[in-house]
Amino acid sequence: MEKKESLRTPYEQNYYPSTPTKFTAWKRTNPVWQFFRFLVINIKMMIMVRKH
Amino acid sequence: MARLVIMGAGVSGHTAALHAHRKLNRDHEVVVVSPNSKWNWIPSNIWVGVGFMNTEQVTFDLAPIYKKVGIPFYQAKATAIYPEGNEENPKPYIEISYTGPDRMGEKGILTYDYLINATGPRLRFDKTEGLGPDNGYTTSVCTHSHAEHAFRHLEESIERMKKGERQNIVIGTGHGTCTCQGAAFEYLFNVEYLMRKHGVRDKADLTWITNEMELGDFGMGGMHIKRGGYVTHSRIFTESLFTERDVRWIKQAGVKGIQQNKFVYETLDGKEAEQEFDFSMMLPPFTGVPFQAFNKKGEDITDQLFAPNGFMKVDADYSGKPYEEWSPKDWPETYQNPTYDNIFAVGIAFAPPHAISKPAKSTNGTPISPTPPRTGMPSGVMGREVAFNIADMIRGNAEAPVRKASMSNMGAACIASAGASALNGTAVSMTMYPIIPDFGTYPETGRSLRYTTGEIGLAGHWIKHLLHFGFMYKAKANPFWRIIPE
Repeated sequence: MEKKESLRTPYEQNYYPSTPTKFTAWKRTNPVWQFFRFLVINIKMMIMVRKH
Repeated sequence: MARLVIMGAGVSGHTAALHAHRKLNRDHEVVVVSPNSKWNWIPSNIWVGVGFMNTEQVTFDLAPIYKKVGIPFYQAKATAIYPEGNEENPKPYIEISYTGPDRMGEKGILTYDYLINATGPRLRFDKTEGLGPDNGYTTSVCTHSHAEHAFRHLEESIERMKKGERQNIVIGTGHGTCTCQGAAFEYLFNVEYLMRKHGVRDKADLTWITNEMELGDFGMGGMHIKRGGYVTHSRIFTESLFTERDVRWIKQAGVKGIQQNKFVYETLDGKEAEQEFDFSMMLPPFTGVPFQAFNKKGEDITDQLFAPNGFMKVDADYSGKPYEEWSPKDWPETYQNPTYDNIFAVGIAFAPPHAISKPAKSTNGTPISPTPPRTGMPSGVMGREVAFNIADMIRGNAEAPVRKASMSNMGAACIASAGASALNGTAVSMTMYPIIPDFGTYPETGRSLRYTTGEIGLAGHWIKHLLHFGFMYKAKANPFWRIIPE
């Protein structure tokens, strides 16, 4: 996501929330890391399904 | 031979029909009544609304599937229930009005031994003046045709931006009592992604309007997750995403009236404000599909079967106790009507005992807080469990429903798309357990911190794709459909 200078306006609603670092943002679309997360999330979801 | 009639062929009704038919084989009859000719995987309507998919990819004709499986299908809407029958028809029955092109408007009756109400919501665009695609100024993604209409208007906005015009895009909830904020949230971030893809993001002012107390509530009071050594509320990561994608938000807001290119909303502090827009997608509030019910003497007993909001009463606690006394035990377990034990309601059609998010009213007395969501995974699970219970009772294996599917003892997985692309798209992947917070078992946050999780990434987009094709495959009753979980 392209960063804009206006992303943070002092004391406005966009001033306070945490935002991802470049590394975190990169991990979100890195295919290798995301393939690993794909497996993890699927396992979590299967556990969830089996709980009922 | 017993007959089970299922009203509605959405996620819960269709799931119930397939499972009941499988359990009852051909010894008994499972009949489906739905006014729609097509089954629609509603979660993917979001992608129809941004042109990533078309109607044909998210729907299929129900009649050939039911013919293949051996389930009689009536394209009709149910209009009245006679749970005791009457003098002419001693068996319980429903009145139907055909909606298919061949028998449009014809009336008929269907007797039943067991009845499942899975009619889903009635979309109440009429609750806010100027809301909705038919008689208003906003678009919707509640149905595939609404989503197609939304995309046509969105394309016009994108064309204007390409010519250098600025556009005000407003997405969210169109009334103070809306639910399904997650769907609007998905649409917002898919629209935002589409703007970037077309290189016009800098020409769009994106605004989210919501009846939630805080972002990330989603009608469930939000959820707490472990992240970075802290237990944080979903508000934190939702506000983070909004800030990262440069989306302004208006919260605690109930939209009161919409005109061409502007609308008025009221916030919890009682103030009214105006917001302009060039393109807007706002969800309507839901009520139950209207039915009338009559006893053997022909007296109207609608209020015995249905709550005032039109949803069907089931085995829940409807005493209307205050928020502080709410309990997970208030929520239904078997979805059986308390008056007529051969009638059940699943999915959106059952009347929830109370909200999940704490109710709130503005200083003027206007209710502005989400009603509880009960779509997707919980709907499918309810449909399956109720089908199994009815099959057991029909076959004499049980006298009463044995299997339970309370939302207070059920988890949910939710994938909210935030940009549709196989390589650089993202989605918010959330799991939670239980859906209804249980502060007795989980005193800290009401939910298990082990099974309540949330993260953003490309993996979520892949999973949403997988779910799309998996559930379309399953709903078509293709070989081994039943090994795909609800």
